[in-house]
Order: sequence, then structure tokens, then C-alpha cells
Amino acid sequence: MAGVQRISGRAVALERNDVDTDQIIPAAWLKRVERTGFATGLFEAWRKDPDFALNRPGAETAKILVAGANFGCGSSREHAVWALQDFGFRAVVASGFADIFRNNSISAGLALAQVTPDAATRLFSALAVDPAAEVTVDVAARVVTIAPAGLSEPFELSDFAQWRLLEGLDDVALTLQYEAEIAGYEAGRGSWLPALAPGAADGT
Amino acid sequence: MTGRLFDKVWDRHVVASPQDQPALLYIDMHLVHEVTSPQAFEGLELSGRKVRRPDLTVATMDHDVPTTGFGTATDDWPIDDPLAAQQVSRLRRNCAEHGITLYPLGSIEQGIVHVIGPQLGLTQPGMTIVCGDSHTSTHGAFGALAFGIGTTEVEHVLATQTLREAKPAAMAVTVDGELPASCTAKDIALGIIRALGVRGGVGSVIEYRGSAIRALSMDGRMTVCNMSIEGGARAGMIAPDDTTFGYLEGRTHSPRGALWERALDDWRSLATAEGATFDHEIHIDASALRPAVTWGTNPAQSVSIDDVIPDPGALAPAARQAAQRALAYMNLEPGTAIRDIVVDTVFIGSCTNGRLEDLRAAAEVVRGRTVHPGVRALVVPGSARVKAQAEAEGLDKHFTDAGFEWRSAGCSMCLGMNGDILLPGQRSASTSNRNFEGRQGPGGRTHLVSPAVAAATAVAGHFTAPEDLR
Ligand code: SF4
Repeated sequence: MAGVQRISGRAVALERNDVDTDQIIPAAWLKRVERTGFATGLFEAWRKDPDFALNRPGAETAKILVAGANFGCGSSREHAVWALQDFGFRAVVASGFADIFRNNSISAGLALAQVTPDAATRLFSALAVDPAAEVTVDVAARVVTIAPAGLSEPFELSDFAQWRLLEGLDDVALTLQYEAEIAGYEAGRGSWLPALAPGAADGT
Repeated sequence: MTGRLFDKVWDRHVVASPQDQPALLYIDMHLVHEVTSPQAFEGLELSGRKVRRPDLTVATMDHDVPTTGFGTATDDWPIDDPLAAQQVSRLRRNCAEHGITLYPLGSIEQGIVHVIGPQLGLTQPGMTIVCGDSHTSTHGAFGALAFGIGTTEVEHVLATQTLREAKPAAMAVTVDGELPASCTAKDIALGIIRALGVRGGVGSVIEYRGSAIRALSMDGRMTVCNMSIEGGARAGMIAPDDTTFGYLEGRTHSPRGALWERALDDWRSLATAEGATFDHEIHIDASALRPAVTWGTNPAQSVSIDDVIPDPGALAPAARQAAQRALAYMNLEPGTAIRDIVVDTVFIGSCTNGRLEDLRAAAEVVRGRTVHPGVRALVVPGSARVKAQAEAEGLDKHFTDAGFEWRSAGCSMCLGMNGDILLPGQRSASTSNRNFEGRQGPGGRTHLVSPAVAAATAVAGHFTAPEDLR
């Protein structure tokens, strides 16, 4: 996975709170066994409305989605992140993210910028005035800017998430550096803890 | 600060806590299903890695399997939908290649992943349990720390049996008082989410406490913990007690003999100490609850069955716009009595309310009655074993005599992946957990209720409390 330093481009303003993962990618799309091919499914139901933000001219080239509070609530489907990426989004700016969506985004290299509700309001206002304004999400500096509007809003992103985004790290490789600790832990687990007979497919 | 159930379970699973990084947590049990795992196995193969602990991994097929037809184990159960068939066969292949125990269609242990874990005794107090599914919070009913993860994390757990997790905050939800006879654990869960809001629990693990929680059976506790995620929380937990131990004793994977005694000693030490404090706390009076019905498109938008559809104009500005949107989607007018709302579909099932106690409560209501002619009603047991137990008690007869469809186990109309869907404009009373737009099928309208209310509503054709039928 490639690292992400900063993302600049056009933004789509989705001025709603509690956008759930069932809207981002409906269940019918979860039958795919690949990580790609989800772009058409992104906000499938809402896109039937010609006025929906993603249907406005220029949205197809957008790299940044700006949303309200609790974006990505609901199911654990990482397909929601893949669908956003497939459509072309590289970052989501919102005044809050659901926990699992946050983890999934960082895992898949989608940059998340959590701004204050007031900052989100300012961003929405600026985008209402100039929907084509260039927005920059600077992961290294943890700030989102709309230069023509004179906006520069700091955002929250944990040090660890920032590091993983910047470096594009393979999490498993990172964890396997703790192989000795994991093996040591396994040696001391409670003797009563359940385990299945290995290889006993369809066994008990 | 310390001495909380959550901290005790968390602390004992920390494998490493690298400086300035989230802790590396050991995972005691990893539940796998067909929908969120194929890309994880593919990632594992592409990087040439193996499943570290197939013995701590168990798989079943539930999300997009048909719930009609299958009865006995077979290697190639015909699934009409080619994409679903591909996912199911991919799961078979992945489990066979990696030595993972799989409960396929036709197995008596097949079912919704959150129903079979507890049923097999694989869910025990003090464990960490994960699954590529947000309702993994269900297992917290046993005093386990259990939460949903995405597919990349599924791959991480397959490869390392660990996860990186920043420690969430600890929240207490205390439910005291006697639950009215007309109410169930579902009404507690919906009442909590109404009080908390859909964001109230973000960043937190909830511990459910209080006399009304203690009084619940394990089936009821699972219903409450199941819906933790609907309040935004990562997980929900309930301290294990004699109800928990009674449920676990003698299950397939429960410890036996001397190990059972050792486990009991350990489990008894998990409860939160007297006087422990939490980062956030809310209190609910169970005696004031009434059967809940959601009216909107998120699970916090509910009222009691005695109420009317709220007026968005009377809500706080922040909630107003969402309520207006929701009512437009649901095609409902403010001021309409909940009891006057007509439904065409009733779904009883899901990992929220597809266990034996739920089916008993619903069967009790429909027994000797008939489903309203305008209603299509289906019962989908949460697991093949629940189905068999229900049949042994004759519950299926009550349902089918009344006009319900009696199905095989799976997620079915909870998320509408297997063809059991609402058509555009259809309206359901559903015992599942999410009323999001299109959750049960594009354009479908979902009202969340308890199994008893769902059953009474199937009979009357409009929202009805069981007591109204007497
Ligand atoms: S029953 Fe519904 S909520 Fe539960 S695991 Fe299945 S799809 Fe998810």
C-alpha cells in the first residue's frame, strides 16, 4: 500500500450526520469476493436522486468527501471504504467517524480528517459558495485547507494512524515483529479456554 | 478507574504495548463468515502467510444463504444466486485449506455467527472475541470483550491472532427497576439507544448493570449487548453471574471437571468492583418502559407503542432535519398513532431476536390465532439448533398453523442479502436491529420491535401489543 502525504482536489459536500454504511454500500454489493468494483454501488440508493451531491457536475473527479457527524456508522463492512476509494475518494473530512469505519479506513489507506463541528460548518459554507474550490487534506500537518476561502482547519488523527497512512504500512508485518511476545503470551493462556480440533472441518 | 470488568478483560489480553502505539491484544476466538472473509484469505495467500491459530477460528455461513430448502449436510448445497454460491464455496475452500472448522448449510451447528458461538460454549467470560461483523458485541453478554472488525483486520487476526486497538473509554449503562410484563430485552435495548442516541457510545465500551439487567436470561442479555453498536459503542459487556454459568455448564466447548472449577474461580473474579467509576454513565428506569417501536431510519428514533409519530418541529434543531428526512422516507405523518400504522411484512429472526426465548415469546402470542390476510410473516430461527429445539417444543406448529413461513437458519431479511427482501414501499415490523434506509431491501421501510410485538402485529395487521389481543 502506498503512503499518503497530502491529498488535493475537488471535494463533495455531503451535509448529513450519521451516514450509515448501508447507504455507503448496500448489502447486495457485499457478495463480491474482490476488493474492487464497488464504485457503481457507492451511495446507490441516494444517487437515484438527481440532486444528490455525488450527481452534481464535477463530483466524478472529486478526491475528498466532506460529511457531518458519525460518518460510517452501522456495519463493519470494509466494502464501504473500498467503494469510496473505487469512486476516487482519497480522504473523508467529517466532524466524527464511527469506530469500525475509522479502523477500516486507516487499514485501507483512506485518509480521515476529524474536524470540529464548527469547522465542518465553515467547510460546508465555503463549498456551497465555490463547489469547485480546491481542498487539501494534509496528513503530515494534520490540517485541511481551502485556500481561496482562507480556511485552514486543524484535524484530529492519532499519531499511530498518521504514521500508518504516511508510510503505507503492512500491519501484519508490523505485528509479526512481536512474534516472540505473541508466542510467550500463548504459552500462558488459561487452560480452560475453548479451542476447536484443528482440521476437523464440520466437526465439533 | 480500575477494578472494572472491561479493564480486567482488556489487561489480561495485552500482548505488548509499544510506546505511542495502540496495544497489541490477543484474540481468544475469531468467528468467520462468508461475506467479510474472502478478501482477507486472499490477502493472506498473496503474502504467503498462514492462519496462525485455526483452532481458535470457527466459521459458518449465514449472511447470504437461502433459508428455504436445506435440511441435511451436503457439500454442494444448490444456491440459486451465483454470487452467493461463489462466496459460500470460497469459504468452504478457505476453511479446508487452512484447517478451520466450518459449520456449513445442513449442519446442526450452522446458524448466525452470533447465535452459534454462545450455543456451542465457544463464548465464555473474560475472553476476547472478534468477527467481521458489527454485532459481535452480542458475545459481551457473557462478560467477554467482543467487537466487530473489518476485513483487513480479519486478515490481521488470521495471520497473528492479535489486533492493534487503542483502548476505548468505559461507559456504564445502569438499568434498574422491574421490567413490565409487556416488555422484553428488546425494549430495554431500544430504550437505551433512545436515551443514548446513535452517537452516544462512540469510542466506548458499555457495561450494562443494574437489577433489570441481572434479571434477564442469557438470551435477553445477548439482545441488549447485540444492539450496543446501534448506540455507536464498540462493545457491550455484562458481568458474568450464576445465570451465565448456568447457561454455559455442559455446552460442547465449556470446560469440564476440574477445569470447570478453575474457570468458575476466574470468571467470578471478573465483576466490576463496588464503587468503580466510569468515563460516562447513564441510568434507565426499566419500570417506566413500554413496548418500543421505531418510526425513523436509525435505531434511536423510537417511541412506545402507545405514542404517536413525533413532530419534527418539536425536536431539537439538530434532530429536526434528520427526523424530517426519516419521516419522508418512511412515508409517515406526525401525529399518527403507532397502532394505526399498517404493515405488510413481519420478520421474526436475526442475531438480535432469533434465539429460542424469542421464538417462544412470539409463538405464545400467535398460538391459536391467524396471521392477518394482508401480512406476509416469516420466522427465521437464528441457528439450525434453535430451529430443532423450537420444533421439539412444537413452536413451529403454532407458527405454521397461524400462517407464518417457518424457515431454516440465517440472517435472511435482517439485511436482505439472500433474496428475502422488502420490495420498494413495503413496510415491516422486524425483530432485527437496523432500520436504516433500504436495510431490508431497497425502498423498504423497517420498524424495529420485540418478538412479542412482531407476533401480535402479524395477527392484527397493524402495530399491536400482545395485551391488546386479549
Ligand atoms: S442477523 Fe443481521 S445483524 Fe445479525 S449478523 Fe446477520 S445480518 Fe448482521
